[in-house]
Amino acid sequence: MTEGPGNALNVRIWRGKAEGRFETYRVPARDNQTVLDVVTEVQRRQAPDLAYRFACRVGVCGSCAMTVNGRPRWTCRTHVRRVALEGTLTVEPLRNLPRIKDLACDMAPFFDKWQRAGGRFSGTASRREPPQRVDPQSPPRLAASAAIECINCAVCHAACDVVAWNSDYLGPAALNRAWTLVNDARHGPRSDTLDRAFAEGGCTSCHSQGNCTRHCPVGLSPSESIAALKRSAFFGLPKLEAPE
Amino acid sequence: MTERRLFVLQRLTALILAPLVLAHLGLILYAVRDGLTAQEILGRTQGSLGWALFYGAFVLAAAVHAPLGLRTILREWTAASPRLATLVSLAFGILLAALGLRAVIAVVA
Ligand code: SF4
Ligand code: SF4
Ligand code: FES
Repeated sequence: MTEGPGNALNVRIWRGKAEGRFETYRVPARDNQTVLDVVTEVQRRQAPDLAYRFACRVGVCGSCAMTVNGRPRWTCRTHVRRVALEGTLTVEPLRNLPRIKDLACDMAPFFDKWQRAGGRFSGTASRREPPQRVDPQSPPRLAASAAIECINCAVCHAACDVVAWNSDYLGPAALNRAWTLVNDARHGPRSDTLDRAFAEGGCTSCHSQGNCTRHCPVGLSPSESIAALKRSAFFGLPKLEAPE
Repeated sequence: MTERRLFVLQRLTALILAPLVLAHLGLILYAVRDGLTAQEILGRTQGSLGWALFYGAFVLAAAVHAPLGLRTILREWTAASPRLATLVSLAFGILLAALGLRAVIAVVA
């Protein structure tokens, strides 16, 4: 920081919608503060009309993602210390989604893609039947488990250049979700989900450069899931073990 | 054709092209270094079923592979609709196949 520890932080925050401007706020620099803490401090003390989203503050709900100094991040678990450049923080809404106001963007297109990719779970058994036995060590289950912990933060969707070029591209999160269902023995329409992942604007549009994976805050690898979807163009649906 | 089939086609033709391109480059080096004349080259290719198959496969694989890449580029980098990108690529593929096969016939027939 330019002004020494314990002093001020210059925070540039996007105000407005698609059209707007950056406003600069000064907040005290503290030893331990997250980007979300800073945005909250600005909203509580200086700009009560500042719009932004958060809920859990502990990296679970996925609602607090913003663009911080040019990169998409979950702000509640991003420490200012790690990302501030010369005591300056620039906070904008996520890329690749329509802006609503200030730091809040419209997540609807993101979740629509989730549905378009066949991401809705549809079980084969009713509640009167016993739960299906799934071997946690079976290869399809291991593949699904590796990709399942997505918090829907849309950080990867914002990081993806192909989404920026072609807003129809399903994007990393929706395709990662599709891959988990394709491997889920309890999901009825597995092959329909696979077909959707291969439709126009689907997994074949991915460039495999992995910017999604690089930015995913929970350490998932959507690019690997997409590569696996692509491989199934040759080998078909992953084989499930015969039910016992 | 579905995106999935096109994707498979592009990968399979890449698989075919990889060794053929290497052999083709080697051949160029060989012909140039040894100073073979056009007459000498034609003497070896004319009437050769082997060369006809080699370059026939080369041309057909390239005529499938390249337009599929072009289609993606058109869709990502231009305002072309998916339909237009497909039509332009298809025309490009037909052109490649026609010119390429014409050249193959010229050296082996
Ligand atoms: S690997 Fe694919 S999904 Fe991930 S950022 Fe690159 S193009 Fe987007
Ligand atoms: S895959 Fe990672 S970055 Fe993408 S939405 Fe899920 S948690 Fe967020
Ligand atoms: S506020 Fe819930 S993940 Fe950041």
